[in-house]
Amino acid sequence: MHYIACHECDLVHRLEEIPSGGAARCARCGASLYRPKRDSFNRTLALAVAGVILYLIANTHPFLGFKIGSQIRETTLATGIYQLYLQGMVPIATLVLFTVVLVPAIHLVSMLYILVPLNRQRVPRHLARVYRLVLFLKPWGMVEIFMLGILVSVVKLVKMATIIPGVALFAFLGLIFTLAAMAVTLDDHLLWEQIDTHQ
Amino acid sequence: MGTDRHSSVAPAAATARQLGLMACHRCHQLCRRADGPAICPRCGAALHSRKPNSIARCWALVIAATVFYIPANVLPITHTTSLGAVQSDTIMSGVIYFIHSGSWPIALVIFIASVFVPILKILILIGLLISVQRRWQWRPVDRTRLYRITEAVGRWSMLDIFVVTILVALVHLGALANIAAGPGALFFAAVVVVTMFAAEAFDPRLIWDGMEEIDDGTH
Repeated sequence: MHYIACHECDLVHRLEEIPSGGAARCARCGASLYRPKRDSFNRTLALAVAGVILYLIANTHPFLGFKIGSQIRETTLATGIYQLYLQGMVPIATLVLFTVVLVPAIHLVSMLYILVPLNRQRVPRHLARVYRLVLFLKPWGMVEIFMLGILVSVVKLVKMATIIPGVALFAFLGLIFTLAAMAVTLDDHLLWEQIDTHQ
Repeated sequence: MGTDRHSSVAPAAATARQLGLMACHRCHQLCRRADGPAICPRCGAALHSRKPNSIARCWALVIAATVFYIPANVLPITHTTSLGAVQSDTIMSGVIYFIHSGSWPIALVIFIASVFVPILKILILIGLLISVQRRWQWRPVDRTRLYRITEAVGRWSMLDIFVVTILVALVHLGALANIAAGPGALFFAAVVVVTMFAAEAFDPRLIWDGMEEIDDGTH
């Protein structure tokens, strides 16, 4: 049993044992307080490993091919960012690089760093610092929005040329589901409690 | 309250601040309130009872976003060169293009993500700021929910920036067809980033602080 304050309205609650599948909500404003997860670290680690593989494919292979007459153009994420950079759109190139390439990479690597030791009942060094970085960067990871962007671009170009879907497209799709599933399986209260129990 | 299967939560009927405590923003740890800067003993994050200068920072960012919103919509976001002819598109002309070409679901997605969500986000934040400053008693639960939605959907406005990135990368065929990013894209990206920071700067607990001070007076 411990106490917790709602992060949206500051009302203090006493948290007792929550049945599996249940969730705790703020009695005043309805914000989600805590939802315990089963087998959290193990499942999240499995997803993170899958995520790393999908990420590597998504970033090294072309995601769309574009065929007009005899010309074929294949695009990886990096070439798109590089084209923007060449056109002098440095802020936008940086923003895309950050939200679609860097943040997901930092997220996945950090989760591996945290979860591999935790899964063996050990607490990694700087756990708090690394996980705080993950939480800080979370809203800036935008792989799923990028995917919707691909869809819109395809509709826009389909009349102009033949569009050939690439391997990275499917890897991106898989990565979105993996990242979303990681957010569901990770029990961050349990993660923070590791610091208390191992001190 | 606490609805379905939430029986294990018992509210203490007081806020952390009233109890002389403050909750860590990152790891939820409740800590004793201190004068001056404090650090969470568990995770090391900076502790504040409320986000510092929340209202002033949020106003500043909302005003900046409003200013950027105008060039973002007026200036072209793409220049398409096709066999020597140059066509410049703004966000709205892109939406209209999709309506004319019959793909209205895509038109709707772009309109919502690029035009509707940013302006709605700016208006909601302005409304919340005024409501907090004037200590409105109106529907705190709904206002908190409105904030939660605003915070969650804002990032989807990045859609058009990604579309421009992909178009620029793909349609790069010399004289035949070429797409370049326009200055509107720069301002639009600024609107998205600045509104995300603005939502982050707002502290929803201020909505409830306004309610409590009235409660104290009547009891």
